[in-house]
Amino acid sequence: MRPSDLLTMTPSGLYCPQADAHIDPVRPVRRALITHGHSDHARAGHGAVLATDETLGIMAVRYGPDFAGATQAVRYGERVDLNGVTVSYHPAGHVLGSAQIALQCGGVRIVASGDYKRARDPTCAPFELVPCDVFITEATFGLPVFRHPDTRHEVDRLLASVRVFPDRAHIVGAYALGKAQRLMALIREAGYEEPIYVHGAMERLTQFYQDQGVQLGEIRKVQAAERPKLGGAIVICPPSATQDLWARKFPDPVTAFASGWMRVRARARQKGVELPLVVSDHSDWDDLCATILQTGAGEVWVTHGQEDALVHWCVTRGIRAQPLHMLGYGDEGEVEPETNVLAGEAAPAEAAT
Amino acid sequence: MNRFAELLDRLGYEPGRNNKLRLMTDYFRTTPDPERGFALAALAGGLSFANAKPGLIRALIAERTDPVLFGLSYDYVGDLSETVALLWPSPAESHARAEPTGFDGDLDLVEPRPVARGHNRPPPSLAEVIESLQVSHRSDLPGLLARWLDGLDETGRWALLKLITGSLRIGVSARLAKSAVAALGELDPNDIEEVWHGLEPPYESLFAWVEGRGPRPEATDPAPFRPPMLAHPIDDSDFDSLDPAEMTAEWKWDGIRVQVVGGTRPDGRRVQRLYSRTGEDISNSFPDLVEAIDFDGAIDGELLILREGRVQSFNVLQQRLNRQSVSPRMLVEFPAHVRAYDLLHWGEEDLRPLPFCDRRERLEAMLAAAGNPRFDISPLIPFRTWEELAAARANPGEAGAGVDAAAVEGCMIKRADSPYVPGRPKGLWWKWKHDPHVIDAVLMYAQRGHGKRSSFYSDYTFGVWRDGPAGEELVPVGKAYFGFTDAELAELDRFVRRNTINRFGPVREVTHEPDRGLVLEIAFEGLNRSTRHKSGVAMRFPRVSRIRWDKPPAEADRMEILEKLLRREAELDESAES
Ligand SMILES: [Zn+2]
Repeated sequence: MRPSDLLTMTPSGLYCPQADAHIDPVRPVRRALITHGHSDHARAGHGAVLATDETLGIMAVRYGPDFAGATQAVRYGERVDLNGVTVSYHPAGHVLGSAQIALQCGGVRIVASGDYKRARDPTCAPFELVPCDVFITEATFGLPVFRHPDTRHEVDRLLASVRVFPDRAHIVGAYALGKAQRLMALIREAGYEEPIYVHGAMERLTQFYQDQGVQLGEIRKVQAAERPKLGGAIVICPPSATQDLWARKFPDPVTAFASGWMRVRARARQKGVELPLVVSDHSDWDDLCATILQTGAGEVWVTHGQEDALVHWCVTRGIRAQPLHMLGYGDEGEVEPETNVLAGEAAPAEAAT
Repeated sequence: MNRFAELLDRLGYEPGRNNKLRLMTDYFRTTPDPERGFALAALAGGLSFANAKPGLIRALIAERTDPVLFGLSYDYVGDLSETVALLWPSPAESHARAEPTGFDGDLDLVEPRPVARGHNRPPPSLAEVIESLQVSHRSDLPGLLARWLDGLDETGRWALLKLITGSLRIGVSARLAKSAVAALGELDPNDIEEVWHGLEPPYESLFAWVEGRGPRPEATDPAPFRPPMLAHPIDDSDFDSLDPAEMTAEWKWDGIRVQVVGGTRPDGRRVQRLYSRTGEDISNSFPDLVEAIDFDGAIDGELLILREGRVQSFNVLQQRLNRQSVSPRMLVEFPAHVRAYDLLHWGEEDLRPLPFCDRRERLEAMLAAAGNPRFDISPLIPFRTWEELAAARANPGEAGAGVDAAAVEGCMIKRADSPYVPGRPKGLWWKWKHDPHVIDAVLMYAQRGHGKRSSFYSDYTFGVWRDGPAGEELVPVGKAYFGFTDAELAELDRFVRRNTINRFGPVREVTHEPDRGLVLEIAFEGLNRSTRHKSGVAMRFPRVSRIRWDKPPAEADRMEILEKLLRREAELDESAES
């Protein structure tokens, strides 16, 4: 069996004909295998969904209990047979419940990694390496300029700023699922014991993390009336809220943003960020390259992000590689996702973490 | 220098003046000598060493990276120093990475084993970097630089590369940096300015004084710089509250603001200096003027080129400013002159607390007594009402500026009783500048910006109509990359992307036909003749003043309008040369 027979592209996304299942489909399908709960990967309205228990829980928080016709929870490492295709889920280290999905049939193994990272994250299971023939990697930060620093250093910078400006509120933009909770956990690890305030939009997901046993310390929802009194507080909110009227009611706010994009100064400036924190839930360049080598894959399919550089790098290492949109994803040509985000146009909230 | 780099990085993002002050003061409070002194020198623009060329940096990174990956990265980041800082394979930063493993054909999971790579070299201090740069030979630079880059973190590398290429833009004035030092103690920023010019990096005596650990550094310089007094732009609404009877007015000359200072050392030796308005000593560029300083005192005035008693346009002055060395021929062809506005110091006496009208009398008397042809006084403009002053400003030639009228760029309004207060005090001095020239031009090409705008098409080449061999054609006349808001930039960027007809690397040609295209209203300060441009003209400080979404390109301006302006601008130069 050739890899392209096992897994192919359809307008709905990656599709395994023999198992009749899509991976992270972008429109409703009969049977969906979901890597993780971010909204560009996990959508409502599928006939059946196979995902980790945590991912199913996140989807229920976001879309309500009836988000799919039927659901089936799968444990990390458990093997599920779908019409002769062996499907297994393995930790991706991206957010709580995130998984790489391995498909094996006729001596061919393909791993669709979804989004993944190798850096430490106290809020989810660490990435596990799955050797394979074809590795499907993301390339969100697929340029060698993206090298994420140690998160401890970034959190120290936030806490140092709180010390220099004890009367200013520190408003930290962070994606509501994963990044926000990871940041809270990292701030606790750095010894910060004051309450951490959150925007109402991330309250339920944060509660979900806590219910799953993730220790985040005292988390308080920001009450509208108390905003002017929160000088010196750390407030975590969705990135878009940092530029809202909502943020201006805080005392002389310091606008921070936790994202891998903050590595490039122009990106931080365009967003009006004053304290960029380079904290990413995606692999940086070095980890993308290292992971590709470690999987032992002879062929790499590169998806969402900066495909060109990573494909080039694979080829210079003698690894066959192609950008996945050539297998069927629409080429949006000019669309640079970050530009749209920066220009204030609508963009999926988590697509550009 | 990682900490200094973090300070710079943070300052670059922080818009608030007071918050910048706190960041700097916090840095000075928590950083030991001599590191903080060199940081102060860098912030206050007090460092000088031969800059490294971008080519050297490109060569260093080329030895270490794949050219394709470098190209993609540079295109994405848009700034050479930052790209190299991010790409640099630094042993100091390598954190634990997983070790490669082979495919074992089974689903058994392989646990990645962290391994530490490289070795840690202590990062260089800012003091080490600056001291080495000042003494080392140019040929040592590549090796030094590579070693330092190896030792620094990303922010440190970025700051180092900006520093050594002379492209460090911090958004902090020397004044603000000195204010941050003053805030360490209970001092006023002007207290720092007063002693500043006798001091050298790393300013240990200054910090000792500010922190109450040492005496006030002696101001031993007999010809020190004195921080200048600056004016606020006047608003139409200001006139109602100002009484013309309490004001004086004089021309604002289109040269460069300078301070001319002469003094005598205790041993009797003369010291003569020329300072820019930021306190930079520019004496070496103007030996003709400096040797004419035959007094002990300090004049605030405008540096101009005078030929046969006539002020030359800024274009002419620019030609002298652009030269690296001063040749005897240039001294003859571009004779420097100072038109005096104010007298700050005379002999042993500090005149700055006196009212402007009294200082002005002293200045007139001093210039009259000296009879020095290199110096003259900027005349006052007589007026009784604001309408009279407006009329004078609209026609300086008739109102006393005579043949020098074209070198007038507006007028200054000063309270007759104003003391000379360093900085930009409120309610004492105002400037009333000429309105800029404005034309309607058609957007022809757009290029990606650099730095914060690298993902936007933010540099716009525009043209005006002229008669071409094949009928009406647009000829490019300039390039503008500021004047618009961020929201307008987003709209312009969208327009460019949707109306691209050709691509040349980072440049896009956009639709520009009589009935389809975009008209930009361009404001600019002046016009030069240029052989480098197809149109034969070059604009000074062009900027987008309005986007005319409403106007069809056919109605944009024509070349003739610029030709006419050019003739008017050139009149003065030609009258002196013919
Ligand atoms: Zn994700």
